[in-house]
Amino acid sequence: MTTSLQEQMSSRTAQAGTCMSLQDVTISYGKFEAVKNVFMDIPCGKVTAFIGPSGCGKSTVLRALNRMNDLIPGCGLKGRVVFDGYDLYDKRIDPVEVRRRIGMVFQKPNPFPKTIYENIAFGARINGYKGDMDELVERSLRKAAVWDECKDKLKQSGLALSGGQQQRLCIARAIATEPEVILMDEPCSALDPISTLKIEETMHELKRSYTIIIVTHNMQQAVRVSDMTAFFNAEAVEGGTGKVGYLVEYNDTEQIFNAPGQKATQDYVSGRFG
Amino acid sequence: MTPDIPPALLADQFTLRRRPPSEKLVDLGFRQLTLCLASVVALLLLGIFFTVLHGSEEAFHNFGLRFLTTSSWDPVNEQYGALVAIYGTLVSSLLALVIAVPLGLGTAIFITEDLIPLSLREAIGLMVELLAAIPSVVLGLWAIFVMEPAIRPVLDLLNQLLGWTPFFNTVPQGPGMAPAILILVVMVLPIITAISRDALNQVPPELRQGAYGVGTTRWGAIFSVILPSAVSAITGGVMLALGRAMGETMAVTMIIGNSLNFNLSLLSPGNTIASMLANQFGEADGIQVSALMYAALILMVLTFAVNVFAQWIVRRLSLRY
Repeated sequence: MTTSLQEQMSSRTAQAGTCMSLQDVTISYGKFEAVKNVFMDIPCGKVTAFIGPSGCGKSTVLRALNRMNDLIPGCGLKGRVVFDGYDLYDKRIDPVEVRRRIGMVFQKPNPFPKTIYENIAFGARINGYKGDMDELVERSLRKAAVWDECKDKLKQSGLALSGGQQQRLCIARAIATEPEVILMDEPCSALDPISTLKIEETMHELKRSYTIIIVTHNMQQAVRVSDMTAFFNAEAVEGGTGKVGYLVEYNDTEQIFNAPGQKATQDYVSGRFG
Repeated sequence: MTPDIPPALLADQFTLRRRPPSEKLVDLGFRQLTLCLASVVALLLLGIFFTVLHGSEEAFHNFGLRFLTTSSWDPVNEQYGALVAIYGTLVSSLLALVIAVPLGLGTAIFITEDLIPLSLREAIGLMVELLAAIPSVVLGLWAIFVMEPAIRPVLDLLNQLLGWTPFFNTVPQGPGMAPAILILVVMVLPIITAISRDALNQVPPELRQGAYGVGTTRWGAIFSVILPSAVSAITGGVMLALGRAMGETMAVTMIIGNSLNFNLSLLSPGNTIASMLANQFGEADGIQVSALMYAALILMVLTFAVNVFAQWIVRRLSLRY
């Protein structure tokens, strides 16, 4: 079962086709539109970064990709998010299944109040993993580059680890469910530079087998880890109360940072605002 | 910052750098005052404990530990044993918990999850809290005139179906253990629900998101992540409820039947330590007073043990968090 999954994954990586496609996506909280009219094709097997000033809706878009926004009352989405040929917001789609295939790492490290071992095994068991659990735990922790720090305390609480280790534990937890895509919502914002570096190294390893989409406030990080970059911005709307976010530009990371097509992008990446 | 004021002049504006002795005295006085107030509580507790201990000395001398295992309560021959009351106290409060914990925890889960609109959830929460505001004598009256007649057919059925066990082998006839247990459920339900709700609300939303993020269902998230994170606080609440149930007097006295004969059956009249004290203290004299004090001491020790056990459990469980 595992091998067939891996085969599938490698074949998908080889095609390097489109993994997720956002088609005219508008997300609103109640009456207030948070981000509107986003068109975007996210490639398979690459790291795509979302950058932009606070309140531009980049996290909102990210959370829409595995229907995490369902948990927020009053949050609605118009348009289509196509993944593997399905519209994720189709009525027949089960959001739980979506999240099993599209994993997520959050801004704040949030290991479960269980042992390190259980933190990893929990998600795998939910997803019906039938193989050798010890082996999976070790493999996931190794992939997330936290095995050496954890191997002697697998039976200790995940909360006994440092912040950076906790975050890598959370990455291992996401990997253990063998998702096809991993979403990362500012995964390093609560971490020190050394932990950040370790997590970035982890990402380079991970993109061999997974598609990664990361939201980051740190532009250097976007340059270091991503292949594609999407720049979001927010503008005040006439008659509205707040700002509404929109996608300004989406291109190869090199293009975005060296020769952006829009002036707003140029201003942002050169540090003139934001 | 206004740059044109010379620093020396600015420094003169501050007059309180040196604390006057009066201010220090006030600080000290306040600390002593809080110390006194805090000790009053401790002294009160010790005072009550020693009064009860002293009062029970005579009975302890006469009956020893036999008091705990014999069930005769005979003022004429001055023979006393508290087994009926001890059994009633333990059984009624524990069985009340067995019913109230799933009910209260279920309510708490229901009103902390977004299964129904927020306004409805708040209304239910408020109603549960209002339940705690009903005076126990009112609940007792309700139990006598409304609840007990209403559940009589059910108790009859229990007697017919399970009459072969010692716990249901008497015919229900008005007051008894079973209605007393049910009224205790009503009384401890608000405590369990309110504390569980607060505990569940305090589970960080990140944990819930994390659970959903690995692909759990709602029930998976509740039972595998949210409840385990809140379990220490919930256990604390349950133990508080147990203490309350063991000490509850008025409503229980009104409905339990105050029987002095030992009977295992839940359908027969029984007694608890608290209701026995309430019933007999007024007319008691001589060694009967001492026997009642002895019973009170047992109740105090029991509730104390429950509280210590609760704190131990809370500490054990919260270590895992």
